[in-house]
Amino acid sequence: MDPVWLILLSPLAGAVVLLLAGRRMGRTAGLVGSAAVLVAFAAALVSFAALLGRGHGARAHVLHAYDWAVIGQLDVGVTIRFDELSALMCVMVTGVAFLIHVYSTSYMHGDPRFSRFFAYLNLFVFSMLVLVLADNLLLLFAGWEGVGLCSYLLIGFWHERPRAASAAKKAFLVTRIGDTGLLIGIFLLFTAVGTLDISGVLRAATTGNIAVGTATAAGLLLFAGAVGKSAQLPLYVWLPDAMEGPSPVSALIHAATMVTAGVYLVVRLNPLYELSHTAGGVVAVVGVSTAIFAAVLAMAEDDIKRVLAYSTVSQLGFMFLAAGVGAYGAAMFHLITHAFFKALLFLAAGSVMHGLAEETSLDRMGGLRKAMPATFAVTFVGWGAITGVLPFAGFFSKDAIVAAVWHEHRTVLFAAAVVAAALTAFYMSRLLFLAFFGSPRWSEGTHPHESGPTMVLPMVGLAVMAAIGGILNLPGPFPRPFWLDQFLAPVVGKSEHGEGFGVPLLLWTVTAVAILGAWWVYAADPSRRETVRGRLGPVNTIVRNKFYVDEIYASFIVAPLRLLATFAAYVVDRRVIDGAVNGIGSVVTGAAGSWRRVQSGLVRNYAVGVAAGAAALVAWLALRGMP
Amino acid sequence: MSAPVAPPSNVADRDRTRSGKPLLLGLVLLVLVVLGVAIAVRNEPVTTSHYLMLSMLLFMIGVGGVLMRRNALVLFMCVELMLNAVNLAFVTFARMHGSMDGQVIVLFVMIVAAAEVAIGLAIIVAIFRRRLSANVDEMSLLRW
Amino acid sequence: MTLFVVFGALALGAALGMVFSRNSVHGALLLVVNLGAIAGLFLTLEAEFLFVAQIIVYAGAIMVLFLFVIMLLGVDRSEPLMEPRPLQRRQLTFAVLIAIPLIAGLSATFAIPALTASPGALPENFGSPEALGQKLFRDYLLPFEVTALLLLVAAIGILLLARRRSER
Repeated sequence: MDPVWLILLSPLAGAVVLLLAGRRMGRTAGLVGSAAVLVAFAAALVSFAALLGRGHGARAHVLHAYDWAVIGQLDVGVTIRFDELSALMCVMVTGVAFLIHVYSTSYMHGDPRFSRFFAYLNLFVFSMLVLVLADNLLLLFAGWEGVGLCSYLLIGFWHERPRAASAAKKAFLVTRIGDTGLLIGIFLLFTAVGTLDISGVLRAATTGNIAVGTATAAGLLLFAGAVGKSAQLPLYVWLPDAMEGPSPVSALIHAATMVTAGVYLVVRLNPLYELSHTAGGVVAVVGVSTAIFAAVLAMAEDDIKRVLAYSTVSQLGFMFLAAGVGAYGAAMFHLITHAFFKALLFLAAGSVMHGLAEETSLDRMGGLRKAMPATFAVTFVGWGAITGVLPFAGFFSKDAIVAAVWHEHRTVLFAAAVVAAALTAFYMSRLLFLAFFGSPRWSEGTHPHESGPTMVLPMVGLAVMAAIGGILNLPGPFPRPFWLDQFLAPVVGKSEHGEGFGVPLLLWTVTAVAILGAWWVYAADPSRRETVRGRLGPVNTIVRNKFYVDEIYASFIVAPLRLLATFAAYVVDRRVIDGAVNGIGSVVTGAAGSWRRVQSGLVRNYAVGVAAGAAALVAWLALRGMP
Repeated sequence: MSAPVAPPSNVADRDRTRSGKPLLLGLVLLVLVVLGVAIAVRNEPVTTSHYLMLSMLLFMIGVGGVLMRRNALVLFMCVELMLNAVNLAFVTFARMHGSMDGQVIVLFVMIVAAAEVAIGLAIIVAIFRRRLSANVDEMSLLRW
Repeated sequence: MTLFVVFGALALGAALGMVFSRNSVHGALLLVVNLGAIAGLFLTLEAEFLFVAQIIVYAGAIMVLFLFVIMLLGVDRSEPLMEPRPLQRRQLTFAVLIAIPLIAGLSATFAIPALTASPGALPENFGSPEALGQKLFRDYLLPFEVTALLLLVAAIGILLLARRRSER
């Protein structure tokens, strides 16, 4: 059996075993779950090595398990595609997932549903891998739904908490809206191309067999799915609330993997977006707008995990910006580095929360630098990565994106991207300073302590990747430049790069200014924070309240739908449908009630009946004419 | 329904029993004689149809009796009348076709009628022992 | 011809009398007359054996049985024949309604030539016991045996039904 199948089957087996026998396993459930993902990771590495061994251009590997649905023109099988793009994703997903599994064995220790957690995590990894490895859109959609389900299960893992339960519901429903668009887009592509195979669709797109209009429509519809799943404007509202789930969940699902599914989708179907410049443009605009919008919201957020959530939304916006202007390699590069540093930051946040008895508000942190040195160290690396400080990975990946935008001469987008980068630096520095620097503002009786090695080591692993990840796609002057771009070329096409240091220099300057500004407000003098807040006045209030987006949605969208649902439930279902069914029943009962009186028990009445019947029979025979 | 029921006795009804029956019978016989004379005078040969008509009339009288009488025994006797009418029809057809099948069937009818009468009377006796009544209208427990 | 008229009239008259009789014993006796008249009609139809069988079995055995039961149950008292007026009227209406199609249908048979033709030549021993026996034991053997069984079953049934339940 090709090791590629092992990548898929190992987490699935883990999930099944844990679901069935997890209760009895106790602590070993964590080991089982982690081992399953480790096996998958090993298989991914082996397959990746094998892929590299095959020469350029012959690397894609299509494996067919069995026919799923063959109906008329539709021919869909359980077929997976192991090419450069999916190999990259597999290694990243399984690697990060493994580290998070190890972290969770300590983080979730003592939870009554310990084994269930790992079962869901394994199931999630399986679904994500299905999504990434699928060779046809239907299987991809199956994985898409699978990750959505697992996200729901994991966000609402502590379902006794009403906030967690409603956050899970919100996540599911909001992504559903996007999923509708995705589904319609798939239907459209099938009608236009005649097959759901991704290779078929891409071939049709590159050879011009799809009309530009169709490509635009399909591209936009599929992007709608991405908007939902990857939490872009306007469907981002579920991600901040999803922070109700455990921190490992936030790290894995809402930083590294599920939310990146949208980016993966766009990159995978890049010929479509090359064909339709409108679609690509929309993607880029939505991406950069989201990047700025989310960054603004992050600046006023006090909950540490929510800051990171908005940060994720914002960084995803960057990735879509890159994809929208055609720099797919840069988008994937940032996706990988972001997976490393964002997962790291979430795990660190979890570590902080654990140390402070589940405190999440930045207002009650401070001075953790000395109390939790290891956590601080890794957070520092993560901070460096996301703000784009040399030599950490984020610098290179963010620079790649902004440079690509500049290279494509999209001036407005470029300016917006620079602004977004500045804001990113600002709010991340704000987080760092408020949490780890200054004097402690802890609540009564909290004694922050460093987390155990099981939690620290995975963070260190991620920190290392966040630090050196830049080597994947180093720019010109460095040795082995643009390795990732070249590696992905068979899938995404040739990437062009600009020359010169102008863009990196600009970014660096802007970042430095932003960091200094944050330091000035938050670290230098604690009271300045209040002053600035007062000066900003109403602006501050609006931003703090997230621009009232949730409230607007609630009154304009949720309320009418709820009205409709109530109507359907109480009027249509109860009165019309039940009434019809019950009506039939009562008609039958009524008819039976009157008809049974025929049986009077009086023999003579029966005799009359017999005689009348006989007479009728004779009459009929006579009328028919006897021979 | 276990208490025995006494047969009703109405004075008014008994008054009605005084007159009527012999007169009715006389009238009927008169009509029949007239009919018979009419047929005889016309001097037609008696054909199958005549016999069949007679059979049918007897049958219908039997049916009428079954529908109108309340006394179980008289009811039964009317059923016997119907059976006999049918027997007549069978024999008529046997004669018409010149085959003995009709007569064999009549034999069977007689046998079965005998068995049926015996059992039916046993049932009536059994019921009467309980309820002291042979009124079929009162035997109506098998109802809705 | 005359025989037919006489016997027919007798049969009809006795039948009507029986149906309208108020006294069950009178009714039973009238039925005997009716059965005798029908036996006579059998004779006119060349069914000698059945003529005798009818008198012996029907009039002789069955009707006697009837009279036994009538006497036993003491229902020979005069019973009110007339039921409540409206009920009687309704029943008569029913009977008439049923009778009409039957009579009409039957009258139509007068037009059928097969039924109005004179019967053809009859075989030698038509209606005799030999002829009946031949038919019975050749073509109708199985029904014969079955009716024998039927009589047995009837006898057993009567024994069970007529048993007094006093030995409890």
